[in-house]
This record gives sequence, C-alpha cells and structure tokens, in this order.
Amino acid sequence: MIQTDIIIIGAGPVGLFTVFEAGLLKLKCHLIDALPQPGGQCAEIYPKKPIYDIPGYPSILAKDLVEKLLEQIKPFSPGYTLGESAETIKKDDKGFFHVTTNKGTIHKAPVVAIAGGLGVFTPRKPPVLNLSEFEDNGVNYIIKDPSVFENKEIVISGGGDSALDWALYFTEKRKHSVTLIHRSESFRAHNDSVQKAIDYSQKGWMKLMLNAEVKEINRDENQKLNLNVNIKGNENTNIKCDNWFPLFGLTPKLGPIANWGLEIEKNAIKVNNAKDYSTNIDGIYAIGDVNTYEGKLKLILCGFHEAAIMVQSAFKHIYPNKNNVLKYTTVTGITGFDK
Amino acid sequence: MINEINIKVIDRNGELHNLKGPIDMNLNVMELLKINELPVEGTCGGMAMCASCHVYVVSDHILPEKTFDEIAMLEESWDMQDNSRLSCQLKLSEQLEGLTIQLAPEQ
Repeated sequence: MIQTDIIIIGAGPVGLFTVFEAGLLKLKCHLIDALPQPGGQCAEIYPKKPIYDIPGYPSILAKDLVEKLLEQIKPFSPGYTLGESAETIKKDDKGFFHVTTNKGTIHKAPVVAIAGGLGVFTPRKPPVLNLSEFEDNGVNYIIKDPSVFENKEIVISGGGDSALDWALYFTEKRKHSVTLIHRSESFRAHNDSVQKAIDYSQKGWMKLMLNAEVKEINRDENQKLNLNVNIKGNENTNIKCDNWFPLFGLTPKLGPIANWGLEIEKNAIKVNNAKDYSTNIDGIYAIGDVNTYEGKLKLILCGFHEAAIMVQSAFKHIYPNKNNVLKYTTVTGITGFDK
Repeated sequence: MINEINIKVIDRNGELHNLKGPIDMNLNVMELLKINELPVEGTCGGMAMCASCHVYVVSDHILPEKTFDEIAMLEESWDMQDNSRLSCQLKLSEQLEGLTIQLAPEQ
C-alpha cells in the first residue's frame, strides 16, 4: 500500500503543480494517472502546440511546460502510479481515504485532490461486433510490453502516430509479421514515419492495407484471430493473426469518479469556489478542468491558482491544530524532502 | 450590417434548436454549441486534434474547405459521412446564415 499526505488523481499540469504547492507546506504527494506518462492533455493531445497564457512565458510548447513542471516539483519527490486509473475510493473510520486503481494498487491518504481534467483517457474502440470478448485476449488498445509479442503475426489498425510508430517498431525488430490497416490513404502522423511505412511495404517488410477497415473478428480452429477486412470497392477479405492492435487514439471520459458520490454538474465536479475547492465529501478536493463553479474558466493558470488555495485547506484538514502561515519562496527558497 | 446569424442544430434525439450567434466575436460553431449547452465536448479546444465536435452539415451551404488536419481527423471517426465537418473549424460568418447541422453520434 502506498501512503502519502495527498493523493492527486491526474498528473496533468494542475496535478503536477499541486505537488509544488503542497511541498511548500511539507505535504507529500502521490500522483495517479491512466496515461503512461505525466502531462495529461498537454502530453497526450497537443504536446507540440504553443500555449500563450502561462504568466511569464510569452509562448511555451505544452510538452515543455510539462517538463518545466516536472523539474519544479522534483525537490518534493512525488510518487507516481502511471498507466493505472483510480477506480474506487473508500474512507476508513480514521478518516483516511483508500484509492484503488484498476490494477489493484492501493493508495492511502487523509486528502484526495482530483485534478482529472476531462477524465480518464480511454482508448477509442472501433465498432466491431463482439470486440469485448477479445480484449486482452488477442486484442489490445495499448501496447505496454512489446517483447510479449515476439514472433507473432501482428495486425495494427489506425492512421495516427501511435499506429505508425508501433507498425514501424515491430517491422524493424524483424521478428514479427506486421500488417497495418488504415481507413483512408492519408495519415495523421509525422511525414518521415509515413514515408518509412511506404518504403517498408514496397520492400515487402510489412503489409500496408489502405482504405481498409476491420469489420468482424472471430477465432479460427487453430486459435488464430480471424479479421474480416473491408477494402473500399473490393470484396471483404480475411486476415489471420495472433494479435490485433486497434490504435485509434484516446478520448477522455469522466469514468469511475462519476460514481464516487461527488456532486456532479455538467460532467464536472461541483466545488466550493469561495473557499477552498472542496467537494461535497470532506477531504476530497477537485481542481482544474475537472471542477465547476459559477464563473469557472478552464485554463491551466486558473488550475494553478486553485491548487495553491486548495493545499492550504488540505493542510488544515490534516493538521487541524497546527497554525500555518504563508511563506514566500523568494524569502525561504525551496527545501525539498531529500535535504 | 448583420452581426448575428441563425444556425439550426438537430441534436442526438432529433430535437431542433434554433441558435443565434454573433459574427464579430471570433466564435466558431463548436463554441456556439457549447455556449448553448448542446452536448459537444470540444476536447482539444478547437485545434482539429480530436473529433468530439463532429457534425453533419444538412443544409447545402458552401463552406470553407477542410484543412488537411480536419480531413485526417474526420477520417478516423467511425461515423464520417460526405457532409461531415468538425464544427470547431467553422467560423461564424455571414456565409453560415441559415446553416443546419446535425450532431454526429458521441465517440
């Protein structure tokens, strides 16, 4: 079990900055995020887009903002549970919250800060009948450990960077048979990856099927996956493989948090804006894009402000008898937990 | 000079909404839908980097051409049709007066 002062759900910019503000008050944090890397939307949706409204930065790329935040919070050595999503929450009789992820990792803390943005990034699933029967049983939407698939016949679907990158990765390993199926002729990916894929398919190293789409899935008598593929203007064809990776990107969904007994309004968590961004459950706060109140602005900078206010309240929640006074970093500097 | 246009929106239950939108505020259709609390997400904020504001254009308006990003994004949507657009890429302008759109199914 992981024990800390504040469990932060969501490792986007606001979740990351919460670690800093909490650290100034000597509160330790542990971040949980469904994505395998920190940064949330900034890392997953628009890493290479500039942001123009971070005070002090006339322009900063989203991925650079994440890197700067990671550097800023390093002295406070936060813990991370990445690639897992917070599934359930329970409050014990001593007032501690127990947050368990979909992988069964348990986290315990007196305070929970939900900085979940638009929700858990979940894979977009293609409309294929009976698909769920094959999930984690031949079909994977996220590839965590590619070595598991050595010497396998692999089919990848998708036209974005992740589909192409994995198709190239497996092809270059020379230990797989790789087929990339894409619904159109144009890719939404880096030009050099697209060029490589075309080169590899011309050399016969991998098979490229354009204007094609998997329509049905079943398993044959040899336990191979049998994909029924529709190619525009042609008859459907069947492809046998060991593994199929439909990589159509991720889309955020509020997910299990919606069932935690929190007051939800317009797909966001209602908080007390006038006070401390507390939710209707004592000890649980919601900050950043995931919360709502009158006049709410979904801006990173507003999330940063909410984080600063929220940790002051979290401190009082954890140490009701201690008095805290706001310290200025310019006066005191940053003292991490390791020093 | 007109500074407000009318847009008709058919929601996912088939219900028709008559919206009015200003053309002098640099708004796009996705934003107008959100202002009117119609259920589009606009996850990426309007960068044509997601398809959560996907709509079908029902009226026969001549619209600004799709960018490469918009086409590529729409092609990844399961529900793409010939009249598909990302509403974030349609800027409110006089050209859009009387536009009728239908919300595409949720992703």
